[in-house]
Amino acid sequence: MAADTGATERLHGARKVGRYALLIFIAFLVLFPIYATLMQALKSGPDAIKNPQSILPINFTLDTLRAAWRIGDLGRLLLNSLFVAVLVTIGVIITSLLAAYAFAFLDFPGKGPIFVCFLATLLVPVELTVVVNQRTVDSFGWINSYQGLIVPLLATTFGIFLVRQVFLTVPKELREAAALDGVGHFRFLLEVATPLCRPTLGALALFTFLGTWNQYLWPSAIITDDAHRTIQIGLERLKTGDFDKFNLVTAGTVIAALPIFAVLIAFQRQLVRGLTAGAVKG
Amino acid sequence: MTYGVDVAQVRLEHITKTFGEGKEAVTAVDDVTIDIEDHDFMILLGPSGCGKSTLLRMVAGLETPTSGDIFIGTKKVNDVAPKLRDVAMVFQSYALYPQKTVRANIEFPLKVRGESKPERAAKAMSAAQSLGLDDYLDRKPGQLSGGQRQRVALARAIVRQPAVFCMDEPLSNLDAKLRGETRAELVDLHRRLDATILYVTHDQIEAMTMGTHVAVMNRGQLQQIGTPQQVYAKPQTVFVARFIGTPPMNVMPPGLFERSEVLVGVRPEHLQLSSNGVLSLTVRMVEQLGHETLLICDAVGTRVVVRQNAEAPVPSIGAELRVDASEAHRHRFDPVTERRIDG
Repeated sequence: MAADTGATERLHGARKVGRYALLIFIAFLVLFPIYATLMQALKSGPDAIKNPQSILPINFTLDTLRAAWRIGDLGRLLLNSLFVAVLVTIGVIITSLLAAYAFAFLDFPGKGPIFVCFLATLLVPVELTVVVNQRTVDSFGWINSYQGLIVPLLATTFGIFLVRQVFLTVPKELREAAALDGVGHFRFLLEVATPLCRPTLGALALFTFLGTWNQYLWPSAIITDDAHRTIQIGLERLKTGDFDKFNLVTAGTVIAALPIFAVLIAFQRQLVRGLTAGAVKG
Repeated sequence: MTYGVDVAQVRLEHITKTFGEGKEAVTAVDDVTIDIEDHDFMILLGPSGCGKSTLLRMVAGLETPTSGDIFIGTKKVNDVAPKLRDVAMVFQSYALYPQKTVRANIEFPLKVRGESKPERAAKAMSAAQSLGLDDYLDRKPGQLSGGQRQRVALARAIVRQPAVFCMDEPLSNLDAKLRGETRAELVDLHRRLDATILYVTHDQIEAMTMGTHVAVMNRGQLQQIGTPQQVYAKPQTVFVARFIGTPPMNVMPPGLFERSEVLVGVRPEHLQLSSNGVLSLTVRMVEQLGHETLLICDAVGTRVVVRQNAEAPVPSIGAELRVDASEAHRHRFDPVTERRIDG
């Protein structure tokens, strides 16, 4: 009996070690490229050429980062990205709330089929719609404009679906009680339904912000001038062709990623709560 | 806190409600006519799925009748929006706004109406005090017990001073002890407010102890309407006879209790042990409840329950008894229509 218990404990111990080893390996796979990029950015140009594979910079320097900031005019690019990402995030929250409310609380003819059509758009890859959307935006005269960068991204099926799912968990009696109290739809949305899905909205805001910040295909399809360039497509400028400035792009990438890290660290609790919302009852 | 406004009479005329269409159509309420007087505490009583909640929801405006008319006061309200009907509803699930404090929950209907802050604070405080909620005003519903939440829901209803209160099984989520206490509170509240209350329940004890009138429903149809005493003493159908009373009335097949072609019903407390009684029983089980004893007996395959004082001698299992009942306590029903024969 005692031998059995010992064997079971050893098995559990071995499993635990195995699990942690696997986790450490996965963490290494995820983190190493980030670490390598950061180290590359902290090397001087010549050092990067001489020792491209070294894990640590021989001469630690911030010069490459400074140069990337100056040559790429990264301040301007970051501001553009921030402006676009913030407006898109606000827009997505508003459109998701409104559309999700309609799908969750209102009865109208064709509600089911319309919702299915919405969901079906998730099956269409973004790459497939870029050309058509670019032509539409072009016909509006929105090439090289903020509205071109922002308006097409203002409503997402994902956002509508996510918020609708939360709204569906709001008891029907709450809407009925509000109706008897004389609360209209808009007020119910603002004062009752929206506060109930705050964690989900937080996660949606974060996803949307990160997604917009990292947009590459769409901005590169409609932006050709410097004034409206966002950070992700603006990094292109750092490809100077100079042999000794080989790691400028890497340094630019690090700068472009810093705001995302800041946002992630600030809102990671919200993100986890949003991701697990609905998964765990209560 | 009493009403400064006129409370209203509610009249339901030939109300029918059908859900679905064609072959899948289900009639939840079938040609129901009820008059509810001013200040009445009307209980809609029946088993689950009998249409009582649907009827209540139609009064509140949450459902539209398929046919028939609803009047509140003298006004026909079929097409009037819920918020304009001057009806407040208390739900089984309380339906409190979870992110708002108790104070904000109670004040909310007044805020929606645009009442000034001091005015609604005073009214909310008065409603809260009348229900003993003054210590919980700054808590959120999640921090309250079931009974306290139900009182908040009541406070939110009374603060509006509506013409009619609709209550949909408001005590069902409470434990037995709290249910008993809240029953008494509701009766007291009705007396103080002097309001018209429509109250849905499947619990006959609530119906008997709280209502000024009881409307018993089954399968969408109104079975009987009257005071609790009338419904108990003179059930108009076999369903009502069996639904009201714990344990329910013994309804015996033709020929068992009397030599006649009718169903005969006798309440367990009205069956008297008598050596020359008309009905012979075999005791199958004895339930001693402390204040009374129930003898569960068998009479040629029919279950018959006899209620006795706790002091009466307890017969043993298998004992043969003879029972009788006075003429005044015999209820006769048509075996086909199951309706009362003797008026």
